[in-house]
Amino acid sequence: MFCEKCNQRPATVHIAEIINGQKQETHLCEICAKEIKIHGFGFFPQMNLNKFMAGLLNGDFNGSSYNQTGATGKVCEKCGVSEEQFANKGLLGCGECYPYFEEKMLPLLRRIHGNMRHVGKIPERKGGRARLVKEIEIAKRQLKEAVDHEEFELAAQLRDNIRQLEKSFEEGGEG
Amino acid sequence: MPINGKTSSANSRWMNSDGPDAGIVISSRIRIARNLAGVPFPHLLEPEKSMEVINEIKKALENKEAADLIGNMELTLMNDLSLLERQILVDKHLISLELLNNFQSRAAAIRDDEAVTVMINEEDHLRIQCLFSGLRLKEAWAVVNNIDDGLERTLDYAFSEKLGYLTSCPTNTGTGLRASVMLHLTGLKITNQLGGVFNAISKLGLTVRGLYGEGTEALGDLFQISNQITLGQSEDEIINNLISITKQLLAQEQESRQVLYRERREVIEDRVCRAYGILKCARILAMEETMRMLSDLRLGIELKIISGIQEKLINELIVKIRPAFLIKTAGQDMSKRKLDIARAGLIRKEFENGHIGH
Repeated sequence: MFCEKCNQRPATVHIAEIINGQKQETHLCEICAKEIKIHGFGFFPQMNLNKFMAGLLNGDFNGSSYNQTGATGKVCEKCGVSEEQFANKGLLGCGECYPYFEEKMLPLLRRIHGNMRHVGKIPERKGGRARLVKEIEIAKRQLKEAVDHEEFELAAQLRDNIRQLEKSFEEGGEG
Repeated sequence: MPINGKTSSANSRWMNSDGPDAGIVISSRIRIARNLAGVPFPHLLEPEKSMEVINEIKKALENKEAADLIGNMELTLMNDLSLLERQILVDKHLISLELLNNFQSRAAAIRDDEAVTVMINEEDHLRIQCLFSGLRLKEAWAVVNNIDDGLERTLDYAFSEKLGYLTSCPTNTGTGLRASVMLHLTGLKITNQLGGVFNAISKLGLTVRGLYGEGTEALGDLFQISNQITLGQSEDEIINNLISITKQLLAQEQESRQVLYRERREVIEDRVCRAYGILKCARILAMEETMRMLSDLRLGIELKIISGIQEKLINELIVKIRPAFLIKTAGQDMSKRKLDIARAGLIRKEFENGHIGH
C-alpha cells in the first residue's frame, strides 16, 4: 500500500481515528507522517475562534487570560448574561449587552477591528437619526462638488435640501 | 425545487464556472449577520422562543411587499433533514457547519437557484449569504443588500448608531459582513510561493482558510480568503479591498502558471497526465489524493493540456466525492475502504469522455 499523501513511498504509519463513533484510517509513509505531525494539518483540532476570543475577553475583564477572579459580576438586565459567561463563551447574549458591557466591549472591539465606529450600512427604518447624519454628510459632499464644478443651480437645490435635513435633525425627527 | 432536489443533485449554480476568471476564482461569497432587536441571541433561546424567531422571519420572507427584493425562498427546518442531507448542504456550501451540528429549532431558506441562503438561528438570528461563480463580489453584495432591505421592511434589527449591526460574536459587529473568495492557487503552491503570499495577506486584514472554512484543511490547493474586520470600514471598502487583493493573487497565480509551463513544460504535462491517468484508472481513491489529482487536472484544463472535461464537472466532483454524497448515492453507510472504492468508480465513470489534448 502506498502513502495516501505522497503516493510515492510505501505506507508504514497507520493512523486510526474515531470521530463520533466512526473509525477513520489513514495510511502514510514515515516522511509524510512526520510532516503532518510538525504542521498539525488535518489531524489535530484547529484553533477554535470563540475560545480564542474568550481568552481575549478574559484578559480584558480580569487582567489575565482564563482567570475567573476579579470580574465585576455585572449582568445584562435584558438577557441575564454575566460578564463571566460572556468571557467564557465569547458570545454576547443580546443587543443590549453592548451598552451594558460597553466599558469592556469598546477596547475589545478596538483590538479586533482597530476601530470603534460603524461607518457602513444603516437600516432604513431603524437607522433613524444616524441615517439623517449620513444623508447630510453625503449632500454636503455633493454640494462641494457642485460648487467646484460651478453647477450653481444644482448647488442651490442641494443647499435647500441640506437645510431641510438639518431642520428635521434638530427637531429630533427620523427623516 | 424542494429541498430533496437540493440534496440529491451535486450541482449548484455557483459550480457552473461561468463567472469572470472562474478558472482560478472558483466562487465569490457575501454573508451578513443580523439580529432581531430585543430578542436574546440564538445560543440563549429556548426551543419555543427559537421557533417564534423562525416564524417571524418566515413571515418577513413571505411579505408580499418585499417580494421583488427577496425573491422566492423555500424555508426548511433543519430538524426535518437527516444528518446526511445537512452534510450535503454543507458540502455544497449552502449552509454552514454550525447548522450541521446544532440543528434543533434552526432553519434555512434556500433560493431555487441555490445562489442565496437565509439561515435562521445560526450564531445570529439571521445569516444571509449569496454565492456566485467567479469574481463577482459586488453582484453578490447587491443581492444580499436587497434581501436585507426587504426583510428590514418588517423586521426590527438590533442596531446601534455607533457600533452598527449588533452580533452575537464581536468579531462580526458593525457591518456584520464577511466577503470571501475561493481560489485555486496551485501554481503558487508548486512554485513554493504560498507562504509569502499568505503572510502578506494576513498583514492586509484578511484571513486564509481551507475549502470548508474555519478549522478545515486546504484540500486540493483551494483556499478561502476573507475579510477579518467588520467595524470601521463600509461594505464597499471591505469588498473593494478584497477585490483588489484577489486580482493581485489572480495575476500572480497566472504568472506562476505561465512560468511553470514555459520553463518546466514536460514536468507540468507529466504531472497533469499522471493525475488524469490515476483518476481514470485507479480502483481505490482516498479523499486527499483525489483532491490533489483533481487540482492537477484543473490546472491541466486551464493550460489546455486536457480537453473534453469541463471545469463545472470538477466543481461538482468536489461535492460528489465527499462521503455524504457517496453514501447517499449508495443508499447505505460505508467503511472508509468502501468509500474509497466507490469514489474511484464514480470518477472513472465521469471521465469516460475526456482525452489528452496533444
